[in-house]
Amino acid sequence: MVDRKLKIANKNFKSRLIVGTGKYRSFRDCAKAIKVSGADIVTVAVRRVNISNKNKARLMDYIDPKKITYLPNTAGCFNAEDAIRTLRLAREIGGWKLVKLEVLGDKKNLFPEMIETLRSTELLTKEGFKVMVYCNDDPLMAKRLENVGAVAIMPLAAPIGSGLGIQNKVNIKIIRQQTKLPLIIDAGIGQASDASIAMELGCDGVLINTAIAKAKNPIQMAEAMKFAVISGRKSFLSGRINPNLFGFRSTTNKGII
Amino acid sequence: MKVKNKIKITVNGKQIQVIPNFSMKSLITNLKIPINKIAIELNKKIIDKKRISKIYLQKDDKIEIVHFIGGG
Repeated sequence: MVDRKLKIANKNFKSRLIVGTGKYRSFRDCAKAIKVSGADIVTVAVRRVNISNKNKARLMDYIDPKKITYLPNTAGCFNAEDAIRTLRLAREIGGWKLVKLEVLGDKKNLFPEMIETLRSTELLTKEGFKVMVYCNDDPLMAKRLENVGAVAIMPLAAPIGSGLGIQNKVNIKIIRQQTKLPLIIDAGIGQASDASIAMELGCDGVLINTAIAKAKNPIQMAEAMKFAVISGRKSFLSGRINPNLFGFRSTTNKGII
Repeated sequence: MKVKNKIKITVNGKQIQVIPNFSMKSLITNLKIPINKIAIELNKKIIDKKRISKIYLQKDDKIEIVHFIGGG
């Protein structure tokens, strides 16, 4: 069975794994991990240029935005105004319209501030942005985001960088049932099996940063995540057997000695 | 020759001094920043990078120059 491609805002992507570019030991490691992961979208952040050190290495020197889709984020923004300002700047750097909105509400748990997130999604969409939205795993909020024009719903599995895996499978399943928009798990993945579970729940993709970047061997973990996403997706499409409490033999008793 | 009347501006939160009639383009060139990899805000308004040679910096201007870094 040939799977359809991941389609976001009318653009097809070959990989269902989106990789973050933060927290790597070096840009070289980051570039290598992205290559091995097979991802064709990477998230990036907007920050001040270091004007004191003119020779400092730049992300764009290692990861070519012509070859891979940059997805600018609003990391560190706690209200709609800051998020919109950040994404306008990102658009100005090179015309990026596909963006990841992330408006946080709490510095400790990094949960999304959903009222500001909803407001930002609406404003950004009106400005012509294609907004992929980091959000809570709340089906009602997911619906409201869809209603104001989000191009992808990206609920957390667990707090950002926690590596706790998917905490509320039921909510993810409900969101899956109610939306035809791309559903991408963003945040909380810890290991490859978490990524597989996300895909088995019917998600369209997974966004991973910390679990790859902070693994002891990030390059190998990037590859593990690549296969986990493919594996989980195939498992979902194949239609699993019904779970049973009791055993059913795999071998016939006919001809038993 | 000593340049008189230098003006103070703020770039990325740091105060610097430039000569009068100093253009945004000269600032970017001096900082050795590749123009295609940045965005510039002047007093909280994004400026069109094609127009930077026509923008002359004024006293107390606040400039933000940003680029992409690693992020999740």
